[in-house]
Amino acid sequence: MEKKLLLGDEAIALGALHAGLSGVYAYPGTPSTEITEFIQLNPLAKERNVHSRWCTNEKTAMEAALGMSFMGKRALVCMKHVGMNVCADPFVNSGMTGVNGGVVVLVADDPSMHSSQDEQDSRFYGKFAMIPTFEPSSQQEAYDMMEVAFDYSEKQCLPVLMRVTTRMAHSRAVVKVKDEARKENEMNYNAVAANWVLLPANARKRNDKVTAQQAQLEEDAANSPYNRLKLSGKAPLGIIASGIAYNYVKESGVDVPILKISQYPLPKKLVRQLLDSCEKVMVVEEGQPFIEEQVRGVFESQNILGRLTGELPRTGELTPDSVAAALNAQLSENPKKLEIPEIPALVAARPPQLCQGCGHRDVYTALNEVLKEYENPRVFGDIGCYTLGFLPPYRAIHSCVDMGASITMAKGASDAGQWPAVAIIGDSTFTHSGMTGLLDAVNEKANITVIISDNFTTAMTGGQDSAGTNKFEAICLGLGVEPEHLHVVVPLPKNMPEIIRIIREEINYKGVSVIIPQRECIQTFKRHAKERKQNS
Amino acid sequence: MFNVQRKMKCDIILCGVGGQGILSIATIIGEAAMNENLYIKQAEVHGMSQRGGDVQSNLRISSDPIASDLISLGGADVIISMEPMEALRYLPYLNKEGWVITSSAPFINIPNYPNIEDIKAELAKLPHVVAIDIEQLAKDNQIPRSANVILLGAAQKALGIDYATLENAIRSVFGRKGDAVVEANIKALALGREAQK
Repeated sequence: MEKKLLLGDEAIALGALHAGLSGVYAYPGTPSTEITEFIQLNPLAKERNVHSRWCTNEKTAMEAALGMSFMGKRALVCMKHVGMNVCADPFVNSGMTGVNGGVVVLVADDPSMHSSQDEQDSRFYGKFAMIPTFEPSSQQEAYDMMEVAFDYSEKQCLPVLMRVTTRMAHSRAVVKVKDEARKENEMNYNAVAANWVLLPANARKRNDKVTAQQAQLEEDAANSPYNRLKLSGKAPLGIIASGIAYNYVKESGVDVPILKISQYPLPKKLVRQLLDSCEKVMVVEEGQPFIEEQVRGVFESQNILGRLTGELPRTGELTPDSVAAALNAQLSENPKKLEIPEIPALVAARPPQLCQGCGHRDVYTALNEVLKEYENPRVFGDIGCYTLGFLPPYRAIHSCVDMGASITMAKGASDAGQWPAVAIIGDSTFTHSGMTGLLDAVNEKANITVIISDNFTTAMTGGQDSAGTNKFEAICLGLGVEPEHLHVVVPLPKNMPEIIRIIREEINYKGVSVIIPQRECIQTFKRHAKERKQNS
Repeated sequence: MFNVQRKMKCDIILCGVGGQGILSIATIIGEAAMNENLYIKQAEVHGMSQRGGDVQSNLRISSDPIASDLISLGGADVIISMEPMEALRYLPYLNKEGWVITSSAPFINIPNYPNIEDIKAELAKLPHVVAIDIEQLAKDNQIPRSANVILLGAAQKALGIDYATLENAIRSVFGRKGDAVVEANIKALALGREAQK
């Protein structure tokens, strides 16, 4: 046993490697990115040639992992919570096919939306796909559970969903790790075609099988060492706490009956035992009221407290303070209020902003210069650093919904009669989910102007490889963009007149135009310059 | 789990502006704490907020197991800040007898940055403050890239970690970058300790 100071993400990565992982498949997304990055740099992973190259999006990642599993090997898929929406099709259907080699789908939720557009709770995906779900409450558990999850996946012939949240993914702790990694699975041909060919006749059989399996999964959850019920006779208040929320309950120091949940389906047997011995039960869980809704059911028991009843905040991340306040309000007659100093009034907000020297800045400067000539231009933005173009000084975009939505929304707006309709999308986002939308636009000769702001990297998440680098012109031409309406420019102040002229001309062209400003991200540029200096 | 000679607990807020290098301070403290067989939890912020916005990290070290990754309001023993206004942002987390160790030089990347004299006046109201112009001190001593470690040296007493332990942690954290980098940071640590006196 060795002790290592590891991020939750790193503990997960090492746990997977030590469990005999053969491939990780992922698209970068905060707070899940460091899992794949850790595996990319890990010496054992290199020695074993564990697959770790970034995928184009979460759907291609999930499907490639299923392919590896089909051949008998263990695969890990990693993503942030909204990535689950992108891979929902293969994820849900992987519950129908089942697996051959173990598959763990690791999803990092982001309650309070530190770096995301919503706070969806991925446990719901596990439930409706009938896939067993793990939720570690510490970095040590995250490491340990990875091997358990792979073994369980192979035992049940189902993928396992492992859900963490920002404070687990991005928090370091000392983790005891094994000295040796298990061997990888040998490739095999045990996958049964009748399970994997989801023709209705086959799928119905699988659906019956997996549905029947649920009772066993729940029984396993009731007996899981990670789900612990601690009773102490009859009590006025008991607690159900899951994942990282369990730590906030421990931090508060209250000593009451408690059911810790880290494996689903929710073990009703344990919940019932707790309810039988407590007058009221508070459900403390990070994210949406997933457990709380199941425990309350339709009868709306007055004795189940939590986010739905207002004892805990309905939205946002839990904190040790919000949990302690909720527990104290139940347990003490006169809960004492802590005197907390305020933030001095002079402290100003310091929002994130585009870096000095960033090419997106020059793109927005040029775009704003042209669009001020129109009464009602609309600019449809996308997911990436350039979303910060919404903020002053640019105030340049009018939407940002999901990966790829800039192009398709611009097309829809154009269909409705809007002009100018401009889409701005980054290089990595374009290959992730923008290409299909561009094909729609080309096929209908939509009157839109698309700007693919290419900085040769996936910048927002820290500069990972971008799937389409050096291929964008070819991709656009291949999708049918007319060569005379496809332009590559270099976004620098000295080129401003040229860029402005091109944007103006292409807005006036009645059809699809694509402008590709290309200049390396200033952050990766600095990093590469440093590496060159060190190597010379 | 660990062999620990003495009881200790220190909850630290590290803060600054994205890109100022608060995470490398955290790495050194984390390394030192691990070598002392202490328990550690360190919550970081990655992603969008790193782009020139305010950033913070919660670092907790203790001789006893730590439950929460986050520090409670009024619970921090030390705020280590790379920027004076950012130090004030986390005052709700500081306990009444807590220390603020901060750079005194403002980092102005917003149009409505307050008057620096007003910031100094707010800092002066606190019982335990050390404010050092670490950037200048680093430049004057030809170690311009080690300003953050000067701040760590100034915080050493408040952290309750032995000076030698921090020195060793610097050696192991920066070791692969060569002797010159190690020596610059050892020097920075010493400068910080002196400046705090």
